[in-house]
Amino acid sequence: MSHTDELYLGKTSYQVLGKRPVRHDGADKVTGKAVYAADVQLPNMAHGKIVRSPHAHARIKSIDVSEAVKIPGVFAVVTAADFPNLESRSEVMGEGGPVNLAHMAANCLAMGKVLYKGHPVAAVAAANVHLAEEAAAKIKVEYEVLPSVTWVLDAMKDDAPLLHEDLRTDSMGKKGDRPTNVALHLQFEKGNIAEGFQQADIVVEREFRTASVHQGYIEPHATVALWNEDNRLKIWASTQGAFNCRQQVAQLLQIPVSQCLVVPCEIGGGFGGKIAVYLEPVAALLSRKCGRPVKLVMQRNEVFEATGPTPGSFLRVKLGATKHGKLTAGEAWLAYDCGAFPGGVIAPGCMCVFSCYELPNARVDGFDVLDNKPKTQAYRAPGATQAAFACEQVIDELAEALGIDPLEFRLKNAASEGTRRVDGPVYPRVGLVECLHAAKNSDHWKSPLSGANRGRGIAAGFWFNIGLASSCSGSVHGDGIVTLVEGSTDIGGTRTSIAMQLAETLGIGAADVLPQVGDTDSVGFTFLTGGSRTTFATGLAAYKLGLDLQAQMQERAATIWECEPAAVEVKNGVYSRNGQSLTFKELAGKISELGLDPVVGRASVSPEGSTNAFGVHIADVEVDPETGKVTVLRYTAIQDAGKAVHPSYVEGQMQGGAVQGIGWALNEEYFFDRKDQMRNASFLDYRMPTCLDVPMIETIIVEVPNPSHPFGVRGVGETPIVAPPATIANAIHKATGVRMTVLPISPPALWKALSEKS
Amino acid sequence: MSKKVHVTTSVNHEPVEFLCEPRQSLLEVLRDTLRLTGAKEGCNNGNCGACTVIFSGVPVNSCLVLAVEAEGATVETVEGLADHGHLHPIQKCFLEGAALQCGVCTPGFLVAAKALLDHNPDPTEHDIRFGLANNLCRCTGYDKIVKAVQAAARELQSLAK
Amino acid sequence: MSNFDYAAPTSLAEATALLAGAHGTARVLAGGTDLIVQLREHLRDADLVVNIKKIPELMELSYSSQLGLRLGASVPCYRIYEHAQISVAYPALADAARIVGGWQIQSRASVGGNLCNSSPAADTIPALIALGAQCVIAGPQGLREVPAESFCTAPGRNVLHKGEILATIVFAPPVPFSGSAYERFIPRNEMDIAVAGAGSWVKLSADGTTIEQARIGLAAVAPTPLFAAEASQWLAGKSATDKTFERAGEFARKAASPISDMRGTAEFRRHLAGVLTRRTLAKAVERALG
Repeated sequence: MSHTDELYLGKTSYQVLGKRPVRHDGADKVTGKAVYAADVQLPNMAHGKIVRSPHAHARIKSIDVSEAVKIPGVFAVVTAADFPNLESRSEVMGEGGPVNLAHMAANCLAMGKVLYKGHPVAAVAAANVHLAEEAAAKIKVEYEVLPSVTWVLDAMKDDAPLLHEDLRTDSMGKKGDRPTNVALHLQFEKGNIAEGFQQADIVVEREFRTASVHQGYIEPHATVALWNEDNRLKIWASTQGAFNCRQQVAQLLQIPVSQCLVVPCEIGGGFGGKIAVYLEPVAALLSRKCGRPVKLVMQRNEVFEATGPTPGSFLRVKLGATKHGKLTAGEAWLAYDCGAFPGGVIAPGCMCVFSCYELPNARVDGFDVLDNKPKTQAYRAPGATQAAFACEQVIDELAEALGIDPLEFRLKNAASEGTRRVDGPVYPRVGLVECLHAAKNSDHWKSPLSGANRGRGIAAGFWFNIGLASSCSGSVHGDGIVTLVEGSTDIGGTRTSIAMQLAETLGIGAADVLPQVGDTDSVGFTFLTGGSRTTFATGLAAYKLGLDLQAQMQERAATIWECEPAAVEVKNGVYSRNGQSLTFKELAGKISELGLDPVVGRASVSPEGSTNAFGVHIADVEVDPETGKVTVLRYTAIQDAGKAVHPSYVEGQMQGGAVQGIGWALNEEYFFDRKDQMRNASFLDYRMPTCLDVPMIETIIVEVPNPSHPFGVRGVGETPIVAPPATIANAIHKATGVRMTVLPISPPALWKALSEKS
Repeated sequence: MSKKVHVTTSVNHEPVEFLCEPRQSLLEVLRDTLRLTGAKEGCNNGNCGACTVIFSGVPVNSCLVLAVEAEGATVETVEGLADHGHLHPIQKCFLEGAALQCGVCTPGFLVAAKALLDHNPDPTEHDIRFGLANNLCRCTGYDKIVKAVQAAARELQSLAK
Repeated sequence: MSNFDYAAPTSLAEATALLAGAHGTARVLAGGTDLIVQLREHLRDADLVVNIKKIPELMELSYSSQLGLRLGASVPCYRIYEHAQISVAYPALADAARIVGGWQIQSRASVGGNLCNSSPAADTIPALIALGAQCVIAGPQGLREVPAESFCTAPGRNVLHKGEILATIVFAPPVPFSGSAYERFIPRNEMDIAVAGAGSWVKLSADGTTIEQARIGLAAVAPTPLFAAEASQWLAGKSATDKTFERAGEFARKAASPISDMRGTAEFRRHLAGVLTRRTLAKAVERALG
């Protein structure tokens, strides 16, 4: 199926979509019965603990496990030596290019060098978690400490400490000849920026910096692995993708994927951070060695130090506009760190930086840079938030300098159908203009804001949203209920949104579909839950499944009425012919009663292209000039959802992303000391917003139907995190006259900027 | 191995006995020994509230209570909220208001919210936010959680009449 | 966590005997909200943990306007701010108790524990200093008293000897025309360690225009919580105006010797010491007049 397929059915009213049924897995979640990976308990289970590097950068000279293995109750110890030889193997693992397996394995258990504080070095399995901790403390590792670096620009310098001696820069396809920390230099270009800036009456250029931040999911990573007597490996995981997890584990252990079964447990948040495996291969190795199931659960400090924060970054953005407010040219230089191994998120950052605007001439240069931090991963809309923090503030400055209202300025230049992004793709029908109009007409924008030290900011954000493969299957039961098995791990209520799309297709109620998330044995391949793809792609699969089931129901009715299936009419879940009619439920009952072939259906899809979600955020802030503290007084998130399947969960995505973005703007950062060790690896000092720190988050859902989905659905999950830091920064500027170009805008930083100004 | 201590306590209004080491937290024993996995471990240092239980009438982070301290105390967990299969209004309001996404912080919020409403049946929005500041959520942005607690307060008050 | 033995004595004598006679390190368990974290992170060790919450004196909370307040060392914070009279008589104490962590922490954490943990950033200690609280220490040799401002000696260290327990914190009865307040600065609105904190207590003249006496305590701007002696002495006899409060803030800034760490820079902390002193003085005066 190509991205040009127009699937939108153009319905104007829906029976199920747009309603707010209670989620199907709700009762278990509010009674404590839902099983998350750390809740899994098996007979004879051992508990694991990982030994981690105390140094940001060091060579491993020796690992002595002899004291640890002597302790009664210690069942196994593993190191990188227990992985198969993965040198120079790479595999394609879904979106993005080939992945270096040796790097992946080394990130699970260090090989030769440790590259960040917290880098795993060895692992122990023992009778209980305390014993495992005691045994881990007895494992002696000798290190040769090396100089380290944690700021992206420092890591790019010629004399920077090098993480990988064999790394050469891939510069727009050409491999460099010198050892470096710069893994990738890419460039996108459109038109002629020299001419474009010539045409500008005003040019603004600014530099920005952002610190590493973490997704902050409340559930730490956890897994249970059982290497069974039949040589089959069963893994219970907290993962955003059971199939992705299976593929990674199988590749790292060099076993066929079919030898590995991954059961996705309920997952306590992911936001992109639970895609790469950390614990699963290690737990599997331990289990194989000791012949017991092994549970491995991270502590919170391990989550911070050794999973996948988003890049820290340096950005330079330059934009030119005519005196009437029309953008003529844009230039951006982006350096994002990727941590200990190459393969960060610089590309989407480059693609997104100017993505909200019609920009005839533009050039973007981006750099993927290694440093002694944990390898970065996606954090909702990876790379886009940093880019928007830069671009949206420059846009604001241009508007202010020209005396044009910031919302009007954005309307003048907004991307729309036919706009070509700097990286090439042309937008189909998209909803940024509609979002801007919704902002303009919103109660928030129309309400006056008065009072000292108060200001209102606005910013736009974009994320592509992907499609890719999803599968599902379903059975119709004698009571008219349809059970649905789908492959998308459910992080936020998607099993209900998918069930609703199946119900809508069949003309039955949402409560008449019972969804479950299948494991890798029981459902067809489904790509991970991420990329804002689930409601769109797995929903598309559910739609196709509905068509399949409906066709079979037609055939059964035809059997009952002794006619051709094509002669059976179906409308709103009622099957009829010649004055006879049966509801879905009645027909299902008859099928069961008469012993006709059971109705069992399946579907799989792999849509290409993006569903393109735009958002606009508005924030009112008050600044205390004596302390630099920012209070968010009012916040509105506006977003084009295409079609909101379950509006409560669309609102929830918008509100959750907005608050994550507020935390990113005001307080969250990785704080490194002089030894490049993270000092604030706990929820005490890694300060995420509590409910006392934010107001109600108002939401406005705009619906500009997505042409590539039958119900017009667009992905919604990632776009909400793109605009908030820029929105807050723009509001602070209005409140104080100070433009904050470094994230986070923490109280001491803002206070200092205000004191220097006055 | 340290000698285990025998503890007699009450969990969700039922008498319970268990053996534990002094170094085991109440959270650990609830989950691993008593198999009540509703309370979750999010941080193990009292900053996220996912392990909240009501301990002798007050909400506590069970990761910061030693299991041995449960001797003679009462413990109420999320598993005890529903009454003979009937959801407590706070549970109902969370579901109806879509106040959960991944659900891992939900048990902690439900127990803390119940304690809050038992204590203050007519809380303002600020009272709710202040009372729940020890419970972190990363998915919802708190908006629907606060609204669900407000709805539960209204429902409990009307039930009381 | 490493293994330890556990005891839950029911009398002070039993507790001090256990602590004095312990082989290895013995630690007192009050609310546990600091100790359990420290044991888990191996910042402190313990061979014996002594739960003191079953000792009646340590859970005592008694107030009368004639005798003042006796606050048992392990009384949880919530009992303080829920006590209507105590909140009115010693508002700085209630202010502080209300913001030690969130509700789940306040259900367990105690002012005595906050004091004995002896963090320079402890929220309750400036209030204790401002209110002139005395710390009653029980040991094998009997009882002794130490003023709150002398209790902490260095970050994490205090005057307790082996075998000693903080038993009670005593406060003089409130005098007429007096008021107090505690405020701290944190980046969020709850749950953070104070970047800086100030507790102020004032006694006004009968007509409310003059400050007769004042005491100011500061948190997180020195190796221990501080009694800002110069600021406090200077305030005596000054009129209760914004200008006075501002000037007192300057003295507080002088008294501060903060460090830069991940929670704040020295410059920012010093500045905040002034701001918070000014604000809490204004509030204390308002309460004294109210």
